[in-house]
Amino acid sequence: MKTARVAYAGAIHEAYPHAQGLQLADGRVLREQDVVWLVPFAVGTIIALGLNYADHVKELGKELTVKANDEPLVFLKGPGSLLGHRGMTRRPKDVSFMHYECELAVVIGASARNVKPADAMRHVAGYTVCNDYAIRDYLENWYRPNLRVKNRDGATVLGPWFVDAADVPDPHRLTLRTLVNGMPTQSGNTANMVNDIPALIAYLSSFMTLQAGDVILTGTPDGVVNVNVGDEVVTEIDGIGRLVNTIIGDDAFGI
Amino acid sequence: MTASLLPGFDFAPWQLSGAVYGTLLNDPAALAAIGDAAHAAPYKTPPRAPVMYIKPRNTLSGDGAATGVPPDAPSLEIAASLGIVIGRATCRVRAQDAMTHVAGWTLVADLSVPHDSYYRPSVRLKALDGSCLLGPRVVPLAQLPDPDALTLTLAVSGAATHAISTAGMQRGVAQLLQDVSAFMTLSAGDILMLGVKAGTPRARIGDRFSIACAQIGTLHGHLVAETAQESA
Repeated sequence: MKTARVAYAGAIHEAYPHAQGLQLADGRVLREQDVVWLVPFAVGTIIALGLNYADHVKELGKELTVKANDEPLVFLKGPGSLLGHRGMTRRPKDVSFMHYECELAVVIGASARNVKPADAMRHVAGYTVCNDYAIRDYLENWYRPNLRVKNRDGATVLGPWFVDAADVPDPHRLTLRTLVNGMPTQSGNTANMVNDIPALIAYLSSFMTLQAGDVILTGTPDGVVNVNVGDEVVTEIDGIGRLVNTIIGDDAFGI
Repeated sequence: MTASLLPGFDFAPWQLSGAVYGTLLNDPAALAAIGDAAHAAPYKTPPRAPVMYIKPRNTLSGDGAATGVPPDAPSLEIAASLGIVIGRATCRVRAQDAMTHVAGWTLVADLSVPHDSYYRPSVRLKALDGSCLLGPRVVPLAQLPDPDALTLTLAVSGAATHAISTAGMQRGVAQLLQDVSAFMTLSAGDILMLGVKAGTPRARIGDRFSIACAQIGTLHGHLVAETAQESA
């Protein structure tokens, strides 16, 4: 089952896919552009992986050193960075390199502490698509990746659908891609994660209790390029969803 | 979500959001202690933006709570900070206007597995269950208008107390709110730590600690051996 949360006509609704766009739980059928898409579940802790695809490690190889047998490179993001489908993310005018990251987002469904990899998938409620933006101009070498790079307003885009785990028989065999203004710029497959989902849940739960609603952003493959004001960025994972975001400039914010 | 952590929260915004942000190296002495290394690899240059981290919700706890020490850590660092409780959306505020966005103040005991590197420390060092104690209450801004001249007294059992002043920070409360809200919006009920002073003490299993501030109250905690349950 796929569910979304949308705002429409003065209320927040649960919604489902429909041939014409989406259908609200109350029966109304609407076009995708007629609603405001919210993040599709109540988000707890946002846990993000850096360098979890072998090809992306190679892509950033000059800048970073990480090996597959190192501790997973984890960072946290705050709730202020969340944004739904068809949202807009600001690109400050003074930056030269702002990039998307298409990622499989794994949503925890049951508390997990000291979980073994073999038991880990039982703690997964479902999946959605994430576009985890970064502005590399702001990178500093203090508590990397520093919040000014990653924890910006609108920099954690999630949706459009929450997809039940039962409907995704193999989350480690999904094709990911990003299109900027319709042109493919990034592609990969979740089979190429350095640390797979059971390994990540086992690792994280070895020191912290994961709770329902916590989300693990499992990293991005290579192919990150700069995006500019006006660009439409589509991050897509087969069987999970097609997440649309538009880059906007400072003007709308009075900057 | 975490209102029960701080029962003394009977004014707007009424409850905490659960988002807690830490600030590092806001004490000039802490940066000075790094010395020339701040200009060398891996840091290359001293920090420009505030150095920050996030305490996730599994870390949040209240006055009197026990914190489990993991088997591979002989001790935990006990850091004492003023907690700035945000009162309303705080986005690109100027320092001179920043206080109008503050609801009030609380105390934060931020526990970490000790680590020397500020480069890319593992999140495991700061995300232990129950490693962020908040409380014992929130004091409204109207009762405590000047946060930059408070004394926090940190006591760890069997050791000398540390008197920690909120004065003399590289960024005082208003400047910190300006520089943080320049790149991320803080929301009502979020907590931003002003930051800790250099020379953070450590504590071991069995130790008790307290952070006292005359205007806010006393926040207590103690360390126990970690007894995390396994979930199947």
